[in-house]
Amino acid sequence: MSEEKREAQCQDNKRVMELALQAGHILLENGAEIFRVEETIDRICRHFGLESGNAFVLSNGIFVTAGSERENFFAKVQHIPVSGTHLDKVTAVNQLSREIEHGTYTLEEAEAELERIRKTPGKRKWTQILASGLGSAAFCCLFGGRMAESMVAFAAGLVLYTYVLYVSVYLSKIVGNILGGALVTLFCGGMYLMGFGTHLNYMITGAIMPLIPGVAFTNAIREMADGDYISGTVRMMDTLVSFLSIAIGVGMGTALIGWMSGGVVL
Amino acid sequence: MITEILAAAAGTFAFSVLFGAPRKYYPYCGAIGACGWIVYMVFEGFGAALASLAATIAVVLLSRLTAIREKCPVTVFLISGIFPLVPGSYVYWTSYYLVTNQIHLAAANGYMAIKIAFAIVLGIVFVFEVPQKVFVVLTGNGKHSA
Repeated sequence: MSEEKREAQCQDNKRVMELALQAGHILLENGAEIFRVEETIDRICRHFGLESGNAFVLSNGIFVTAGSERENFFAKVQHIPVSGTHLDKVTAVNQLSREIEHGTYTLEEAEAELERIRKTPGKRKWTQILASGLGSAAFCCLFGGRMAESMVAFAAGLVLYTYVLYVSVYLSKIVGNILGGALVTLFCGGMYLMGFGTHLNYMITGAIMPLIPGVAFTNAIREMADGDYISGTVRMMDTLVSFLSIAIGVGMGTALIGWMSGGVVL
Repeated sequence: MITEILAAAAGTFAFSVLFGAPRKYYPYCGAIGACGWIVYMVFEGFGAALASLAATIAVVLLSRLTAIREKCPVTVFLISGIFPLVPGSYVYWTSYYLVTNQIHLAAANGYMAIKIAFAIVLGIVFVFEVPQKVFVVLTGNGKHSA
């Protein structure tokens, strides 16, 4: 192999690794499972002819290396903080990796497509807030609430998610969830004391649902089933801490309402 | 009863929006959530834990089938479909009884939450052991997909 050709090959390998890493990053950040991240990185490397590519993925970081007697060395570590869940991006990257495997994409096209996926805006804020309200109302109804309770839960869901999007993002998870739980309880309690609804508990159980860490919980179980115990444990811990924080918040809110209403509610 | 099923569908739908599932999959998510809840209601007489186990199995089966049919990650359907089963209300009751000093009831509810969580764990773990091929054959989808 001539020197120039080797140089070009080396450049290419680097780009393939960067592409694979970027794809893995988007997947992991948006709620995909560990094995899917590893599989996608692997697929992309193999398809573009990089035999020695290797990935080690944790719940909040990706380590990739490449290098053998024939291929150049490459290593990169990327820390990936937990952020929101955007399943549409997971789906899009999954689709892209499938199509790459079928040979639909050149390296340049794949890079461009990945960049487009990365920049796709998430759901608009008011859509999310509305969804949270609807979810709260629906779950309130599911747990036995009637129309009046569901209406309060709907309002509480709106208030809660506005808080989640504008305030909670600046707080740690623990404090964010405690205050979120307390906010919901106080809001529902306040409405209850003003005479809306007859069952405070249904309103609160419905309205705290948007806080419940369903993604972390489900993924934790799946990681463990796959044998990824480190990531599974971390995510399970995340779930437990969230659950406990919400419970503490609700407890604080309930106590506060009881105290304010002079024992009417409790 | 119809209201409950509709509520489960609406709740699952809302959470699939919240988690940013692709728009075309919203109806599937809602339907899977509703099916899960129907199974839950059928088995409710056997206790919440067993009902949750049965419902989880139904939700995971349906999610995997839909995922293969639609060639998209199973996570999309699983996460929102599981939501009605997550013991969120028990968390509320546990803290409520703790605050009101009814320790026995608090312990009973906390224990129930853990039991349901384990039921969901078992449901997910077991159904994911079923080889992918079975689902591929079931959906009549010749091509391999995850």
